[in-house]
Amino acid sequence: MKAVADGERRDGKPVGRRVVVAMLGAGAAGVVAGAPVARGIGNVLHSLSARTESNLAGLVPGGDYFQLYTVTNGFPPEPADYRLQVGGLVRRPLSLALGDLEALPSTALVKPFQCVTGWRVPAVHWEGVALGHLLDEAGATKEAKALLFRSFDGVYTESLTLAQARLSDVIVAYRMLGGPITREHGGPVRLYVAPMYGYKSIKWLKAIDVVDKVYPGYWEQRGYAVNAWVGRSNSDVGAPIS
Amino acid sequence: MTAALFIVLIVTGACLYVPQLVALVGRRALLVRIHVDAGLALPVPLVASFLGPWGKALRADVRRLNRWSAAERRWLRMLLRREPVSRLALGKFNAGQKLMAAFTLGVMGVTLMTGCIMRWFYFWPLSWRTGATFVHDLVAYIFVAAVIGHVLMAITHPRALRSMLTGRVSREWAQRHARSWLEEVEAGGGESQQA
Repeated sequence: MKAVADGERRDGKPVGRRVVVAMLGAGAAGVVAGAPVARGIGNVLHSLSARTESNLAGLVPGGDYFQLYTVTNGFPPEPADYRLQVGGLVRRPLSLALGDLEALPSTALVKPFQCVTGWRVPAVHWEGVALGHLLDEAGATKEAKALLFRSFDGVYTESLTLAQARLSDVIVAYRMLGGPITREHGGPVRLYVAPMYGYKSIKWLKAIDVVDKVYPGYWEQRGYAVNAWVGRSNSDVGAPIS
Repeated sequence: MTAALFIVLIVTGACLYVPQLVALVGRRALLVRIHVDAGLALPVPLVASFLGPWGKALRADVRRLNRWSAAERRWLRMLLRREPVSRLALGKFNAGQKLMAAFTLGVMGVTLMTGCIMRWFYFWPLSWRTGATFVHDLVAYIFVAAVIGHVLMAITHPRALRSMLTGRVSREWAQRHARSWLEEVEAGGGESQQA
């Protein structure tokens, strides 16, 4: 007990507690006000990266860059003979090589990629075929209500209703960020669903099945909203995600 | 325990974040689960050993770590100015160790708070999620740098490392680096340490 008394005799200022409280306060402030700060830092890093031709923006937090997600064992290798299959409740099933997709009328978009967890990449260049156009080509039957997307990673799936699929800013993309889509970004072909969170934009797109109802996708089976409108969903209180 | 959880968190965090490691490991859902569980468990051993009846020594250490004497504040200032500091009478912990302890506790609080916002994101507005992600990443970067610095310091100061593992320091070392503490111990106020 004497040691404690001695310790108190030496007293001094409670700097430790102040440091902890200050950090918690700064952390909370960062949560509330951090988004514009992160965006500002991202802009600065982007111009610095461009000027120095380095990957600075990709190396430090706050840089506007993609975080690369994959739910399987790494990024799947690109199939030697890539073909996108469109089947199910259609009159004319399609099997499209990359060249076939490129030959169809293209849609170019400059729109952000917004992850549901918060990170965001502004003004990404996307190019591909409007999903609605592919549906017209295949000719969905009367029973068709929704689409089921499958990834050639063998695990990931996604869903859209037919009405959502026909929105003009929903494309089967084969170019992004000014070049062919790289493997880690889901190349050669991925979906881009502009009005929804990133998990709808399935990577490594292998097949589109036209189906009679919505089959919830990979993250949707784990609690994410099926109708993933940016800013208007995933506030379902209590929904588990793991 | 706490150190082991920190290591798990840093490793799984890196595998979720660094593109090269993401490519190597993948399996996002599993890693998220381990990362979140380890994060939630992080404060448990510390709180348990602080509050339990066995926590007397820890409570005394926390009390020491919290309070900074004038000499310690001076120590830090002198260190920053690269002046020799060995003449100062310091206690059991020097100001650097006290700063790291407070910083680590702050990191635990901030990453736990922002991590919970990222994990249970549906309760929060989108801009808060962005802010939480930014703060979580930033704090993790700084903390990993601090941990690396800490490990390097321990390796280059083998006697301090040995004292951490065995709980013993030599009288000569204490005389030089922690004079106030030595005087305190010799005055008969020993807790668990042997000189």
